[in-house]
Amino acid sequence: MPSLDRRRFLWGTTAVGTAALLAGCTSNESANTAPNAVAGGSGENTQPGKQVTIGFSAPAADHGWMAAMTKNAKAQADRFSDVTFKATEGTNDVNQQIGQVETLINDKVDVLVVLPFDGKALTEVGRQAMDAGIPVINVDRVFDTPLAYRLWIGGDNYRMGVNAGEYIVSQMKAKNIGNPIIGEIAGIDSLPLTQERSKGFRDALARAGFSVGPRVSASFTSESGEQQTANLLQSASKLDALWNHDDDQGIGVMAAIDSAGRKDFVMVGGAGSRNMMDLIKADSGVVKATVLYSPSMASSAIALARLLGQTKGIGDMAEHDIPASITTYSAVVTKENVDQYLDVGFDS
Amino acid sequence: MSDVTVLDPKSAPPQERPKHRRNLDLRLTGLLGVLVVLCIVGYATRPDSFLTEANISTMLRLAAAIGVVSVGMTFVIISGGIDLSVGSIVALAGVWMTTVATQSYGPVVMVLCALLVGLGCGLVNGLLISYGKVVPFIATLAMYASAKGLAERLSGRRTQVVTETGFTTFFRGDILGIPVLIWMLAAVFAVGWVVLNRTTFGRRTFAVGGNAEAARLAGIDVRRHTALVYGIAGLCCGIAALMVVARTTSGASTNGMFYELDAIAAVVIGGTLLSGGRGSLIGTLIGVLIFTVVGNIFTQNNLDTDIQNIAKGVIIVAAVLLQRTTTRRRAHAT
Repeated sequence: MPSLDRRRFLWGTTAVGTAALLAGCTSNESANTAPNAVAGGSGENTQPGKQVTIGFSAPAADHGWMAAMTKNAKAQADRFSDVTFKATEGTNDVNQQIGQVETLINDKVDVLVVLPFDGKALTEVGRQAMDAGIPVINVDRVFDTPLAYRLWIGGDNYRMGVNAGEYIVSQMKAKNIGNPIIGEIAGIDSLPLTQERSKGFRDALARAGFSVGPRVSASFTSESGEQQTANLLQSASKLDALWNHDDDQGIGVMAAIDSAGRKDFVMVGGAGSRNMMDLIKADSGVVKATVLYSPSMASSAIALARLLGQTKGIGDMAEHDIPASITTYSAVVTKENVDQYLDVGFDS
Repeated sequence: MSDVTVLDPKSAPPQERPKHRRNLDLRLTGLLGVLVVLCIVGYATRPDSFLTEANISTMLRLAAAIGVVSVGMTFVIISGGIDLSVGSIVALAGVWMTTVATQSYGPVVMVLCALLVGLGCGLVNGLLISYGKVVPFIATLAMYASAKGLAERLSGRRTQVVTETGFTTFFRGDILGIPVLIWMLAAVFAVGWVVLNRTTFGRRTFAVGGNAEAARLAGIDVRRHTALVYGIAGLCCGIAALMVVARTTSGASTNGMFYELDAIAAVVIGGTLLSGGRGSLIGTLIGVLIFTVVGNIFTQNNLDTDIQNIAKGVIIVAAVLLQRTTTRRRAHAT
C-alpha cells in the first residue's frame, strides 16, 4: 500500500529529524568555569622531592560542592611533578567505597586521602590502611576513632552557623533594628552537619538576644530550596535577615526571592559558590555575604598528603611533623573581601 | 461487572446518572470539603497571611509542575497502568533543555527540546509496555533509572543555571496579572478534562483500563492506545520540566525528585482507581491542591517538615479507606 509507505516514511523522517535535533542539544561545553583552588606552597616545600603515590577516594560528585572537592584534589595533584595521583570512581555506595580503599591499600600507595560517604562505615578500612603502614588523610566526614587516620582535615559546621549569626547580628545593629525577624533555610535536618550549623546560628543570635523566627529545611537541591523558600516568604510578610545553609540550594532560594519580588531583608549564604560570590560582588540583590565551607580543603589535603609522603612538615610551624587535625575556617565573604576569595568559589 | 458500562456512559438514560458516577460526585464533594476545611485551618492559624492574593498565587505556582505531571498520571492510571518514571523524565527534560548548546539556540528550541524529550521518553515507555509486553511497573522503573542516569550524565551532576533571559522573563512573568505558570496549569487541566471526558480518545482510555480484553473485542487498538497514553504522560513531564526550570531558573538531575510518589498520591486521593477504568481529573486537581495547601499551612505555622510528611501519609490512608468503603457500598448496590 503506497499510502501506508508514505506515512511510514514521513513518521520515520520525523523521528530521525527529532533525534538529530535533540542530539544537537546535548553539548555542554561551558565557556566560563570557576578556576580550581590550589595551594601555593612555600619555602623549600615547593622543591620537587621523593616521588609520592597518592590514592584518592570520594563519594559521587552529585552536587556542586562534592564535584569541586574531586576536581580540586586532581588539580592540586597535577601541580606537583613528584606526585602520582590514583583516584577511584566516586560512589555513594559505602560497600563499594570500602572496596575501592582496599584496592588502593593493595596497590601499596604511599598516602591515602579518603573523603568517606559515611565516616562511621569507613572507619574500619581506614584502620586497615593505617595498620598496613599507609598514612590516611581523612577529609571532612570524620572517622569514629583517631586511630583510623593520621590527619583529619575538614570544615567547621558549628562555626559556619556562628559566623553567619554574628554577621547578621552586626548588620541588624548597624541598621538599629531592635527585634529583628530572622529566617533560616536549613539543609536536610536529620544530618548532624545541619544540626551543628543550626545550633551555631542559634547560639550566635542568642548572645545578642535575638532568635530564629521562620525556619524551613530544604534538601540541598535547587528545586527544594525554591519550594521551601516560596512558602517561607509567604508566611513571613516582614523579614529582616535570612540565612541559607547551602549555596547549591541557594540557586532555587534566589529564584523564589526574585519571584516574590522581596528586597526587604539581608541574606547570607553558605559554603561559598562562585555564583553566590558573583552576586555578592555585584551587590544588586539581597545577598550580602556567604560563610565558607570551602572545597579548597581537598586541595590542602592533597598538598599535605605529598608532604606526609616526603616526611616534611608545614613550613611556618615549629613542629617537624604535619599536625593530626586541621579545621578550616568558615570565613565570612562580603563585598569588601570577595575578590580575595573568588578563586575558592565553586561551580554549583 | 459494571465495568463494561463505562465503555459508553452516554448509553445510560440521561435522567439517571450511572451509579459509579454518583459515587464519584459524592467523593469529589468530600474531597472538596477536606480542601475547604484545610483552608479554614490555614486562615484560622494565620489570618494575616494565608488567604492573601500573594499566598494563593504562591500555592498555585507550587502546585503547577506536580499538577501537570498528575494529569498525565491520571490518564495512565485510568488506562490501567502506572508510571514510575515521571520524576526522572522531568529531570532529564529539564537538564536537556538547559545544556549550553540548547540555551544557545534560544528559548523556542529550549521549550521544544523539553517537550520532545518528555514525549519521546513517554513513547518509549508506551512502546515497551504495549508492543514489548513489559509490565508497566517494570518498564517505567527501568525508565526511572535510565532517564535519571542520562540526566546526571548530561549535566555532569551540576546545576545548570539558565542564562537565556528570554525564557525566564516569559515563564516567570504574568499574563493579565496572573502568572504564566498558573495559566499553563489551568490550560493543561482544561485540555486534559476535555480529552478525557468529551472525546473518543478519553472514552477509549476508560475502556482499556476497565477491561482491556473487552475493549479489544469492541475494536479498539489497545496497544496503540496504551502507547499514546504513556506518550501523554511523557509530554506532561516535558511541560512540568519547563515549569520547574522556570521556577528554579536552573536545570538539574535532582529536579523532579519523588514526583512519581506525589503524583500517584494525588491521583489516588482524587478518587481514581489504581486498578484502572475509573477516575476523575477534577479529583486529581483537588488532590494536588490538598497536598500543596498542607505544605503551605505547615510552613506558615513554622512547623517541622517531618510532621508534614506524617500528615501526608495520614491523608493518603484516609482517602484510600474512604475510597474502599464507597466502592464496597457500590458493589452492594449493583
